[in-house]
Amino acid sequence: MLRNLCQKMFGRSLWVYHANSGGCNGCDIEVLNVLTPYYDVERFGIKLVGSPRHADVMLCQGPAMRSTARALRCAYDAMPAPKLVFAIGGCACGGGIWHDSYPVLGPVEKVIPVNFYIPGCPPRPEAIIYGVAVAVGLVDKKVSPVEFKQLQMPIPRYHPSDLRGEGEMVVYEKAEKI
Amino acid sequence: MSLTSKFKEAMVGLKAGRVTLDYPAHPRPVPENFRGRPIFDAQKCIGCAACANNCPAREILVLDVCQEVRILKYLGRRCTYCGRCSDVCPEKAITMSHEFETATNKISDVHQRLDLFMSTCQRCGRCFKETSPLEQLKLKGYRFDDLENERWIFRSRSFLESEPLVDDIKIELD
Repeated sequence: MLRNLCQKMFGRSLWVYHANSGGCNGCDIEVLNVLTPYYDVERFGIKLVGSPRHADVMLCQGPAMRSTARALRCAYDAMPAPKLVFAIGGCACGGGIWHDSYPVLGPVEKVIPVNFYIPGCPPRPEAIIYGVAVAVGLVDKKVSPVEFKQLQMPIPRYHPSDLRGEGEMVVYEKAEKI
Repeated sequence: MSLTSKFKEAMVGLKAGRVTLDYPAHPRPVPENFRGRPIFDAQKCIGCAACANNCPAREILVLDVCQEVRILKYLGRRCTYCGRCSDVCPEKAITMSHEFETATNKISDVHQRLDLFMSTCQRCGRCFKETSPLEQLKLKGYRFDDLENERWIFRSRSFLESEPLVDDIKIELD
C-alpha cells in the first residue's frame, strides 16, 4: 500500500534534503557518493536541495541528539505535506553505539516518523540506492525477520537440586525419569 | 584556446566512456573481505551469550524464560558489522554474510530471534562469570534483557521469575 502511495505521490522525481543531526559524517560521505556520476542517482530523478521547504524526502543521518532534536523536528515540519523520511545508517535507525549516553536521545524515530530504514555503519552506496529503489518501487525488499522457535519443548525433567554428590562423582538421582 | 586543445579535451572525455553503474538492474558483487549482516546459526549456537557480552552496540539481547530455554535476539538496527560476535563465538555459529541490501520499511525485518535449548550444568545450574568465586557459587546468572523495549539490562540475576513464560519446573528462589 505504501509503495502504491509512493508511486502516486512521487510520480516524477524526488528532491532530497540531507539532514545530519549529530552523526559522524560517514553516512554523509556515502550519501554524497551516491550523487556522484559513478552511482548516478539522478537517473531516478533524485536531486539534492538545500532547503527542507523544497524537499520531498528527508535523509536523516545520525541519532536524535539532545541539542539537535528540536531543529530536526522543525526541519521535518517545514517540509511540504507528502513527505518521506529515510533513516540512513545505524545511528538513525537505532541510536548508534552510544545510544545510551547522555547527549543521545535515541533513534530518529523518537522525534520524527520514519518511513524507510537503511541499516549499516555506514551503509554501502549500493545499499542506499537499493533503499531508494525499494521506496520508488523498482525492486522488492530482501530482508525478512528470522525466527527459530522451539515448538515442542524437549525439556528433560531435572533440576540442580536433585543432584547429589558422592565422593568425586556427581550423581543425578532422577536420571531414569528422563 | 585553440581548436586542437578543445579536440584533445573532447577525446579525453570520450575515452572515459560511461562510468555509471547500472546498479539496481544488475547486481554488484562486494569485495571478498566485506562484512555484511551477521547470520546466526541456531543449530550450532550453544547459547553462551559471548556475542551479547562483546557487542559494542549492545545489540544482542538474551532472555532466560526458564531453566531450559534461552531466547537470543539480534536487533540489527544499530549493528556496525564489526564482526566481533563472530570472532568471539566459540562454535563459529555466527558468520558475517555478504548481505548489504537490508533496506526495509519495517525495522523488525532485520531482527533475528533464536529460541535455544539449554542443558543444565550439573554443578551450578547455569554457567556464568561473576566477580568472586564465592558469588560464582552462589549465583546462577540468568539474563533478563527487556525484549519488548529492546533494552539491555546490565545485571544478571540469580533466580528466574516465579511464573516463567514456559510452564515448566518451578524453580525455587534462592
